[in-house]
Amino acid sequence: MTDKQVATRTQSAPAMIPNVDVVEDDAGITISADLPGVPKDKLLLRIEGETLQIEGELVSDAPEGMEAIYAEVRLPRYRRAFTLSRELDTEKINASMKDGVLNLRIPKAEHAQPRRIEVKAT
Amino acid sequence: MYESLLTFPGGLFEEFDRLQRDMTRAFGTLGLPSSIRAVAQGAFPAINIGSTPTAVEVYAFAPGLDPKKIDVTVDRGVLSISGERATFLPETDKQRSAYATERFTGEFRRAVSLPEDVDPKRVSASYRDGLLRISVARQEASQPKRIEIQEGERP
Repeated sequence: MTDKQVATRTQSAPAMIPNVDVVEDDAGITISADLPGVPKDKLLLRIEGETLQIEGELVSDAPEGMEAIYAEVRLPRYRRAFTLSRELDTEKINASMKDGVLNLRIPKAEHAQPRRIEVKAT
Repeated sequence: MYESLLTFPGGLFEEFDRLQRDMTRAFGTLGLPSSIRAVAQGAFPAINIGSTPTAVEVYAFAPGLDPKKIDVTVDRGVLSISGERATFLPETDKQRSAYATERFTGEFRRAVSLPEDVDPKRVSASYRDGLLRISVARQEASQPKRIEIQEGERP
């Protein structure tokens, strides 16, 4: 599947863009995303090729007969996608979710981690 | 090197959404009247308000907080939500670089004016999955009541 097809398919339903922090260190990348209102079982993480997609559905416990009088959050889901790079090891992604915050740790493949190269005197 | 992490694959709609947000931020809501306590879009936490015959429900989208440290007060018809969100970012140094720092950190405060018929003594709040739900009951007297029609005796 080409990137374009993936993009069209995943953009079917309108969604909010969650705010994220992305930090890189020698061993990998950490992504934190704010997904308030999304329980763990409504979170979907998908890797297709080099694209990582985060999608979460808001669960509403609105009482019956509630009328909205003011709304800043107007869509029932969050979605955001990132293009990863080759040295990241997608097999070893670690994901955790607490109080509406998703934390993702993507380690770098071992061969991609920095090494000090000795300079030999001749 | 990791620029690719920050670009959206073919995100035309997302780009448009972003543009729209920027426009709203720059020009306001095009002259339409808004609440006196309204704040620029993107304020933390985002708030939704709903109404039922028995209560006013306020939802604050406030992820990553310790519920014990959220202050919710009702004073003279104004509901305030305040607190502080600690920074999550590790210190950046030579070995660490931050590419995106969009998440809110620091102190926050938001206020909502409540309708006149609420009972400020009956407020309940719960926090789950980063969503704070505050329920302010309406006064009994203002709740719709069904009036029984008695069968009258003929004089």
